Amino acid sequence: MTAMAHLVAALRNPASVAALDSDQWSALISVARAEVLLGTLATRVAEQPLPPEVMALLGAARIAADQAQVQALWEAEMCARALERFAVEWTHSTTRKSRSTEKPLPLGLRFVLLKGTAYAAAGLSCAAGRQIGDLDILVSRDRLDAVEAALRDAGWEWVKDDPYDQAYYRQYMHELPPLIHSTRDRMIDVHHTILPLTARVTPDATSMLVDAVVLGNGLAILSPTDMVIHSAAHMFADGDLAGGLRNLWDMHFLLSDFASRDTGFWLALTLQAQRHGLWSAVHRAARLAHDIYGCDIPSDWVARTISHERGDAVFVARILARDDWGRETRPFIRLVFYIRSHMLRMPPFMLAKHLWTKWRAR
Amino acid sequence: MSHRHHFRVGPVGFRVASDWAGPIADLKRLYADYPTLEGCAATATARIEAARPWRRWVRPAVHIGGDYTIPDALPLPLSQGLLAAEMAMNLQVALGWRQHLLLHASAVERDGRAIIMVGASGSGKSTLAAMLGEGDWRLLGDEFAMLGLDDEQLSPFPRLISLKNESIAAMVACVPPERLGPIITGTPKGIIRHLVPRADAIARMDERATPALLLFPTFGGEAGLRPVPPSEAFMRLTDSSTNYVALGEPGFAALTRLVRDVPAVAIGYASSDQGVAAVEALWAELEA
Repeated sequence: MTAMAHLVAALRNPASVAALDSDQWSALISVARAEVLLGTLATRVAEQPLPPEVMALLGAARIAADQAQVQALWEAEMCARALERFAVEWTHSTTRKSRSTEKPLPLGLRFVLLKGTAYAAAGLSCAAGRQIGDLDILVSRDRLDAVEAALRDAGWEWVKDDPYDQAYYRQYMHELPPLIHSTRDRMIDVHHTILPLTARVTPDATSMLVDAVVLGNGLAILSPTDMVIHSAAHMFADGDLAGGLRNLWDMHFLLSDFASRDTGFWLALTLQAQRHGLWSAVHRAARLAHDIYGCDIPSDWVARTISHERGDAVFVARILARDDWGRETRPFIRLVFYIRSHMLRMPPFMLAKHLWTKWRAR
Repeated sequence: MSHRHHFRVGPVGFRVASDWAGPIADLKRLYADYPTLEGCAATATARIEAARPWRRWVRPAVHIGGDYTIPDALPLPLSQGLLAAEMAMNLQVALGWRQHLLLHASAVERDGRAIIMVGASGSGKSTLAAMLGEGDWRLLGDEFAMLGLDDEQLSPFPRLISLKNESIAAMVACVPPERLGPIITGTPKGIIRHLVPRADAIARMDERATPALLLFPTFGGEAGLRPVPPSEAFMRLTDSSTNYVALGEPGFAALTRLVRDVPAVAIGYASSDQGVAAVEALWAELEA
């Protein structure tokens, strides 16, 4: 078995680590680090008998992951205070309403946490031991300028000063160019919609804001169905599957947590995913979470066509493309996914222009 | 990656792989007296590999990597392969280690008590530690001082000492040739030559020490001493730690304990001999 297979096995069934010898542990630690899953692994196997050097390493990784969550939530708090101080207020806004409903935005909503910070703020199972990098937030597009001004006033600065990058983000992307805080050195990604503006699929970000769940203390998260859809969109309708094993681990627990709370979850997810044009991404995410991590999904979701089956196999090959020294393997499949991510993001002529500009700037 | 070696330095088990035989042969010779990992997992993986597949043979370019990598770091020529391996190992510890508070510092021990020497590159902390480590002191490490998070104990991390430029000649004169690595020229820091710590430093790598003095040396500065208040020591040490921010509260607690309990002194010295004499004098005063 490869180290990647051992990693998946350890996450699925923590008792499986009892059979590992020291070389296998060395390799497992390397690939877990490369996939940013060391803290998650540490949390999963906390109760297992472990070799002493592994126990010490994973114990420290667990504490570090807890600390990283404290810091991530603090960053969210800093963002909330920045927006509050600047009185970025859109509860009075009547201009933005969901495409499909006439509901206004929830009272007191300033921004919605996305990804890791949202999972931690909501105390979801996938947050246990999870590494959190940047702070990702979603705001209403008509409040984007106000949010940007408020964050810059509170000490966030541009990472990319290059005029082409700035213009590119503002014109075509679903988020502002990344900002970094001048003293805390932490990045924030301010999203105003779900996918790049040039992508073929255009999910309804306003309806996600309308359905957001306000947690109190100024923080809010997406509704359960939207959280799954957003995660799936980033895995399969945007990026190049880097960090796929971690994202799929999130997906596995998002699905399990929400389905166990609400018997109507799968139907609601189907309808909502179709509404956002992201059914195929959500379906694929659920199938792969089932295949790789044994996620419990409805039987009619497991059933798949031949073309699904072939596609899924390529995705699995990409997600598990790493050797026992932690090195990336399968360069051809990686390249295909890299090209795919760009093709999804923009039409061919624009892609050519973009790559030409980037290449000239080298 | 057919060329590999593994060994333990203090609490860290390294496995190192290389696309080339040369750097691994150097590691095997210089780390010959270190324990191997027999039956223990590696807790850090370092790799030195060709920056592009063909760069393994054509104008070889050594990329520094492992569990942690700096994406846009410039590759080194193969003649600096050993340096690349050492840098790759340092990088793994600097970015991945969470079991101790890491201070970018050298450290020496006598009678169970340690001096931690902190300073920027060129401050002479390596040379001082190397020279003390050839005398009545045991070298604990020349790159990282590893401070326990709960017990204020220093874990030895006696890696190879990296001697630079002028300090090379002084050390070559007083150590046997089998303890010296190849002369590496043309590095960003000038000429580098690695020195294997004395046998006692390696044999006693699991024996911890209690910090007794924090020293901030400045080579070439005006000779003299200045007591450093805990507040300044704290700020300087946060700057010199690679994992202080990541450790959060436990790191803060360990560091505040250290600067509260241990006296701190800044010294300037014009020559290495003067530096060693100043350290000995300071120590005698502390013991009195």
